[in-house]
Amino acid sequence: MAAVEQMGTTAGPVRLWSEPVAFAAMVLLLVVLPAFVYPVFLMKALCFALFACAFNLLIGYVGLLSFGHALFLGWASYLSAHLAKVGQISVPYWLGGWQWFVIPLPPLPPELAILGGAATAALLGLIVGAIAIRRQGIYFAMITLALAQMMFFFAVQAPFTHGEDGIQAVPRGRLFGVVDLSNQTNMYITVAVIFLGSFLMIYRIINSPFGEVLKAIRENEPRAISLGYRTDRYKLMAFVLSATFAGVAGATKAIVFQLASLTDVDWPMSGEVILMTLVGGLGTVFGPVVGAFFVMTMENYLTAIGQWVFVVQGSIFVVCVLLFRRGIVGELAHRLRVRL
Amino acid sequence: MFEVFGVSSQVLFGQLLIGLINGSFYALLSLGLAVIFGMLNIINFTHGAQYMLGAFVAIFLLQYAGLGYWWALLIAPLVVGATGIIIERLFLRWLYQLDHLYGLLLTFGLALITEGVFRNYFGSSGLPYSVPPSLQGGQNLGFMFLPNYRAWVIVFSLTICLATWFVIERTKLGSYLRAATENPTLVRAFGINVPRMITLTYGFGVALAALAGVMAAPIYNVSPQMGANLIIVVFAVVVIGGMGSILGAIVTGFGLGLVEGLTKVFFPEASNTVIFVVMAVVLLIRPAGLFGRST
Repeated sequence: MAAVEQMGTTAGPVRLWSEPVAFAAMVLLLVVLPAFVYPVFLMKALCFALFACAFNLLIGYVGLLSFGHALFLGWASYLSAHLAKVGQISVPYWLGGWQWFVIPLPPLPPELAILGGAATAALLGLIVGAIAIRRQGIYFAMITLALAQMMFFFAVQAPFTHGEDGIQAVPRGRLFGVVDLSNQTNMYITVAVIFLGSFLMIYRIINSPFGEVLKAIRENEPRAISLGYRTDRYKLMAFVLSATFAGVAGATKAIVFQLASLTDVDWPMSGEVILMTLVGGLGTVFGPVVGAFFVMTMENYLTAIGQWVFVVQGSIFVVCVLLFRRGIVGELAHRLRVRL
Repeated sequence: MFEVFGVSSQVLFGQLLIGLINGSFYALLSLGLAVIFGMLNIINFTHGAQYMLGAFVAIFLLQYAGLGYWWALLIAPLVVGATGIIIERLFLRWLYQLDHLYGLLLTFGLALITEGVFRNYFGSSGLPYSVPPSLQGGQNLGFMFLPNYRAWVIVFSLTICLATWFVIERTKLGSYLRAATENPTLVRAFGINVPRMITLTYGFGVALAALAGVMAAPIYNVSPQMGANLIIVVFAVVVIGGMGSILGAIVTGFGLGLVEGLTKVFFPEASNTVIFVVMAVVLLIRPAGLFGRST
């Protein structure tokens, strides 16, 4: 996606202080905001911010538009909810008749449930990625959308997801057996730490030699190939990483809201994460976070108007694509001539 | 009556018929997508919403103007095609210089708007639309019962598909279109108004979607989200067939409809997902799609 306006990374003199300062401001906000804003809303927004950051890793730095990222959010949240509530995993297999392969597990503590959810997302990312990276551009988007829809139907039919009801009343449990997560403050701190840790890891990935190769692929894939890089492997790795972080977001969200439902695997969710990243700024470090908070705040105020939410979302898509392709943070970075 | 693999012919052919019907819609819609993509280099995510609009225009025509199915078949594509032309002039034309993905995002936004507005006024439940009197009833073929309307849908959509193929591949107008797809600048130098051709192509592709919508109205319930899930399946069809070939889009559409029908008979749990599985397998074996040229 060479035409993505990468103003945050290429325009003008690069001032390296901007990113640490913005990060410090973000941490400060996370400390101060719970005093003013409902913590459950903040936790929801943080989960989506992480989801959007994971998505941005793919579109912003490899130029691959995944239209199926809800798949990873949703399935990680199902697995995390299932592991925390039930534990036991039964996998059907065919041996002249359907048999069940049972892994007897007790209900797991939240940290293992979240890890399990993230591992599920990583595995799904490996499978979906291996299929999807065989085509580029438009086709990549359509393939990810189709595969996500397929996994949506699996989620509808699989017994452990409980269809329309979802997995309800998931216990939050005790983190490492010590910290009681039913306490709202503890839960908030946990979510904030998961978010900040993942954010820093994504930042590290983007600025590593690996990340530089990804950007090279985004700018000119044939040239990257001619330089000897096996671009398919890089793209697959980036896809798996993106899926994993999306999984962390989904798994955490399931523990916070004690619920995993079909909403998180359905295609409107894939559209929403695109919207967040687009509004915040494709290919900017802080854009997805700002975009997620923007979209979440908007939806919070718009719940009263029902179906019009889709109309508003659609209008933002149209406006952003036509007039505001840099997004909020991208525009800010461009005006201030800094990296953000 | 006879049996195939323990399935009665009635059931088997009944599902194959449903498969062919679905295939007709896959073919019409993927054809429209392919035509639009060829000229505009945009994947029209609004296609599903425009299919839904076609069905709703048919309902409005009946309710407010007393015009029945046959009029709807003529008027709905024109009306929805006209809205397509407006969309192209207002929005899409600004995107041709940009990455293809922006076109996908913009049309996705337009689809959200359209479906959101209709859901707001008509809820999620469907509205019925009756089969035109002249096509009611059916034929008993001995091994199965064939409703007249369903036969009409298959024959008519096949006709439209082949006519489109003929216009694009065998006429002068079609050769302009194909030339403009290959090299728009050169074709403009020959004095052909390429921007207008692009606009009309989008209008035509959208009209095809609306036509499919009118044809679908008596078979499925007319509801605001009737296009949303269908369009994802059609995307998979397009990936399987590859968008390079018109005939490929038609064959793949009907073929996958049949595959889906057969799955419903022998392994009903997988009928929702079989097309996606086929897509994954095709991508692993022939990444460019069955009829596509590798890019």
